[in-house]
Amino acid sequence: MTQTTVETITVAINGTSRPVPRDATLLEVLAALGLDPRLVVVEHNRRIVRRPALGDVRVAAGDAIELVHFVGGG
Amino acid sequence: MTTAVTAVRDVPLTVGGRTFASRLMVGTGKYRDNATMVRAIEASGAEIVTVAVRRVDLDRTREEGVLYHLDPRRFFLLANTAGCYSADDAIRYARLAREAGFNEFIKLEVIGDQETLLPDVQGLLEATRVLVREGFKVMAYTNEDLVTALRLEEAGAAAVMPLASPIGSGLGLLNPFPVRTIKRRLSVPVVVDAGVGTASDACLTMEQGVDGILMNTALAAARDPVTMAHAMRLAVDAGRAAFLAGRMPRREVAVPSSPTEGMLD
Repeated sequence: MTQTTVETITVAINGTSRPVPRDATLLEVLAALGLDPRLVVVEHNRRIVRRPALGDVRVAAGDAIELVHFVGGG
Repeated sequence: MTTAVTAVRDVPLTVGGRTFASRLMVGTGKYRDNATMVRAIEASGAEIVTVAVRRVDLDRTREEGVLYHLDPRRFFLLANTAGCYSADDAIRYARLAREAGFNEFIKLEVIGDQETLLPDVQGLLEATRVLVREGFKVMAYTNEDLVTALRLEEAGAAAVMPLASPIGSGLGLLNPFPVRTIKRRLSVPVVVDAGVGTASDACLTMEQGVDGILMNTALAAARDPVTMAHAMRLAVDAGRAAFLAGRMPRREVAVPSSPTEGMLD
């Protein structure tokens, strides 16, 4: 298919710099990482983004995104 | 037939307005594999199961989230703030945990010292106040200090969780006296968290009259975690029953159990 080159920006995801498409939503970022939004909690620049809003929030260069879930613990 | 279990008259454990089937709560950390963890949790009879909040591994080199192995409809997931060394960090983790969408309970840990993992009680009180205001049901991991326990209750904690001995130490209930004092003085449930090593530790702890026990390493680090979980279930029930039964007074001299009359000349 024909497509113009997607411009990317760099964001920090779980402390690591990663390229994401410019203006991607958080939902699209999760999808690109292969993550099920029902099993992940998203913090965007220190603010929690609730699941229903993930498709509304767009990332910008330099954003800090934390993706957390439950692991074994006592 | 009356079984030993039906002979015990007890009320169920209620924390933060919610009633639970078991007084034994278990963690999900440090198991050698997930299948063993699931079988141990089942053998323990626990309903409350603790989990930690951590970054998703984006490279998938580590184990996936615990929810792939544990049915959240079957167990009550109690998220912790383990690894947090300040009130702010613990508050941040608690908010993330609640956003996972299971419940508003949090096992609040604010650690003050890396070697002993003893709580920073000042940070703990601060985080408790903030989280209670935000509607959390706070179960606060603390030390055996009565005054801190009283302050946590005043701050609105749903349960106070004094340690038996340091986290992961397996040293058992080092000092029953302050734990008993905390239980006597507080109205909210007192759940001993951390330090239990084997079944007798759990039994002795429950005999002090506390409302429950939370343990992780005692099961995960046992040679056979599933059998140890079974033992812990029995020990918690036995200790609870013994507490309810009321033990005989201790005496420093012998008192014969058989009649002293009717002996032959």
